[in-house]
Amino acid sequence: MTTQIHLNGVVKTVASATSTPLLYVLRDELNLNGAKFGCGLGQCGACTVLLDDKPVFSCLTPLGAAVGRHVRTIESLGSAAAPGALQAAFIKHQAAQCGYCIAGMVMRAQALLERNTAPTDEQIRAHMEPNLCRCGTHMRILAAIREVAAAGSLQQTRKGG
Amino acid sequence: MGDASTNFTRRTFLKGSALIVAFSLFPKQARSELNAMGLPQILNKNLPGSLKSTPWLDAWIKIERDGKVTVCSGKVELGTGVRTALLQIAAEQLELKPSSIFFIAGDTGLTPNEGFTAGSHTIPDSGTALFYAAAQVRALLLEGAAAKLNASVSSLAIRDGRITSQDGRSIDYGTAITGIDLHRQANSSSQLKPPDSYRLIGHPVHRLDIPNKLTGGASYVHDLRPPKMVHARVIRPPVQGARLTSVDIAAAERLPGVLKVIRDGSYLAAVASDEWSAITAMRALTISARWDGGGNLPNPQTIHATLQALPAEDIVILNEGNMKTPQARSFKARYTKQYLMHGSIGPSCALALLEGGQMTVWTHTQGVFPLRHALAELLDMPDEQVRCIHTEGSGCYGQNGADDVAADAVLIARAMPGRPVRVQLMRDQENQWEPFAPAMITEIEAGLDNTGRISHWHYELWSGSHNERPGNAGKLVPGWLLSNPLIPSPSLPMLQPEGGGDRNALPLYAIPNARITNHFLPRTPLRTSAMRSLGAHINIFSIESTMDELSAMAATDPVEFRLRHLTDTRALDVVHAAAREFGWEHREKKRNRGTGFAFGQYKNLMAYVAIALELEVQPDTGKVNILRVVAAVDCGQIVNPDGVKNQIEGGILQSASWTLYEQLQFSTDGIKSIDWSSYPIMRFSQVPAKVEVHLLDRPGLPFLGVAEAAQGPMAGALANALAQATGKRLRNLPLAGPQLRS
Repeated sequence: MTTQIHLNGVVKTVASATSTPLLYVLRDELNLNGAKFGCGLGQCGACTVLLDDKPVFSCLTPLGAAVGRHVRTIESLGSAAAPGALQAAFIKHQAAQCGYCIAGMVMRAQALLERNTAPTDEQIRAHMEPNLCRCGTHMRILAAIREVAAAGSLQQTRKGG
Repeated sequence: MGDASTNFTRRTFLKGSALIVAFSLFPKQARSELNAMGLPQILNKNLPGSLKSTPWLDAWIKIERDGKVTVCSGKVELGTGVRTALLQIAAEQLELKPSSIFFIAGDTGLTPNEGFTAGSHTIPDSGTALFYAAAQVRALLLEGAAAKLNASVSSLAIRDGRITSQDGRSIDYGTAITGIDLHRQANSSSQLKPPDSYRLIGHPVHRLDIPNKLTGGASYVHDLRPPKMVHARVIRPPVQGARLTSVDIAAAERLPGVLKVIRDGSYLAAVASDEWSAITAMRALTISARWDGGGNLPNPQTIHATLQALPAEDIVILNEGNMKTPQARSFKARYTKQYLMHGSIGPSCALALLEGGQMTVWTHTQGVFPLRHALAELLDMPDEQVRCIHTEGSGCYGQNGADDVAADAVLIARAMPGRPVRVQLMRDQENQWEPFAPAMITEIEAGLDNTGRISHWHYELWSGSHNERPGNAGKLVPGWLLSNPLIPSPSLPMLQPEGGGDRNALPLYAIPNARITNHFLPRTPLRTSAMRSLGAHINIFSIESTMDELSAMAATDPVEFRLRHLTDTRALDVVHAAAREFGWEHREKKRNRGTGFAFGQYKNLMAYVAIALELEVQPDTGKVNILRVVAAVDCGQIVNPDGVKNQIEGGILQSASWTLYEQLQFSTDGIKSIDWSSYPIMRFSQVPAKVEVHLLDRPGLPFLGVAEAAQGPMAGALANALAQATGKRLRNLPLAGPQLRS
């Protein structure tokens, strides 16, 4: 039995059982690296992807819940050669140390800026609360998000999904 | 380790007794080799950095005929940006672009052995080795080019892989080096570029690894997917020391996708064709497994008294002056720290492949060579048949589960020859089995003379081991669980000048009468090992808290009081700089707000850091808002200024989390911090509003390690600011909580 999902703007057919968490489908069947296993409990956000424009923990979202909906991962935002607005801002601010949390951070920030183009600093912090960073790169992550918000430059990457 | 130590078998007995004989016969030097930084023998003590133990130029730098340049380091990227900084150093001296160099780090088959990547040693050790090796290779390139172009060395220009004569003829590095053998020992002197000519060292360079990490590139060992790869999960005992009495293996092997269940004594693992099937099998085995014994941890409420009552090896690390000289006023305090967790965001992962009698392991260990030795012992294979290749992982901040999971990978790969095996720990496994940062106690009795200077300093500390790293296979959890279990070699203290629990226990302040004792506890109830800054976190917290209390007794401003007791001009400079940039002199005392200051030179050997901060405590909730943190840093010649700032900012935030919020939860029957709700760390709502880092560059001076330098000073500055904000002096970490309400 196979399942179809809309992934990064393309329809994908996958063989995983519908009870499989989306994270393992993305990583192991579709060979995407962005979403990471952090806790499997929805407590750290390393696995964050967008489901119909909302940030979700892919470690807790069964494949079946994504059927007929649009899934976006960090791979949809841009590439190392042509990074999207948030990716470029994170690179500019060197907003990573080990970087394990960073794809999840970018996807959660993407959801905020698509919905609210001019968030306050308090709104950014509240929105980013579910995602953990252990290296202490928070100040740079916040600076990168603020910069994209101030520039209003996210629209360019909006079409990815 | 109840199971391992009480269940002797012939194999472990022989291994164990061999070790005991070795320990009693060998001098201290040989003992420390099994338990220190994992470094190889020093071959030439006159050479700089890691050239001391690996003096051959071609071990560091290789130039192919086609001009391709390969740079090797035994130090690995742990997320601190050292890969880029090491490349900056090599590229500067070799006159190349960093991106044009092929860089290999931490591969037992290819790179020098530089022991563990730890203790802020990478740039001082490996960076210094590359700095001088590359300068000497540049000189050899110029000599070779001079002969081939029939020109004098001084007339040649070298840039971006080509050497050009004044009349415009040029050759590439491959041609220039032809006929010159780089397999030669480094000289003790080098022709160095003047620091003011640097184009890369001292300039901010974007990290080469970040774009890939931000765009879904394969960046981590977790992302490797070699052909024919299988996935495995382990089933760890519910508590340390428990033995597996029964488990329904057949039922798990009937589950879809499951290829094999491996059991060896209390060691249990499931192998499947895909990751989710491996997790499903792990869960089934967890449910059917029956365990016996184990546990028996001490009462967490009285952990510090328990630790202080344990047998200790007492090491007096300073005994100066006469403690009996009279003092005008005296101060006495006791400080405590709880067990902490490394808390890597990604649970540890490794891949291993047994093929043709060769075991290859892809691992995010901090020490590929010591780990190889441990894995070879675990597998009963010669070292040469095991190759460890470093591949990045989630930040580790010390010894987390990386080495253990590499042992899992090889044990499972041995049962699956020809198949690459990927194992990742689950969150609860990483948390329950990682070696924690030791709980510690410090006690101080200090005195002032009648001029308000410190006259006496009697300081003692109690700590379990900060170094249970492999080298010895018994240091790895999987080895404890086998039917022929391995036992860990005895724990040994890390000695001064770097120290372990006593790291930074020697204050840099001038004090005439001082006695400082490290009570090293060789056997403590919880498994512990290295976590960033080791004892420096609580020692600087204790010293800097005491300095503030003494300054109040002396009715002197805390910064002025520190300056009065410092003689090292670089220390004075960072203290002045932090105070100036913060506006210390003009600070105002506001209700529920406090300002705090602290200073430390990491290990009294590496970067100097002074921190001033302001915070606010909400009186009804006790919530701490850090309003502004200002740090001044001197790390010698700066390699990558933005990299240094990133590390110091990270150290400030990480230390704020440790100091304010963190504490391992456990009970007499096991570890209870199994996830992020039972081990909360700092989240976005708690991070400072503003962090500023000011760098004091020292062109031409030696590189000083920086990544662990802010942790201690940040703890001290927080304690001092909280004392001012709340009027309460807190001496037991973590500091935030109901005690801050007023």
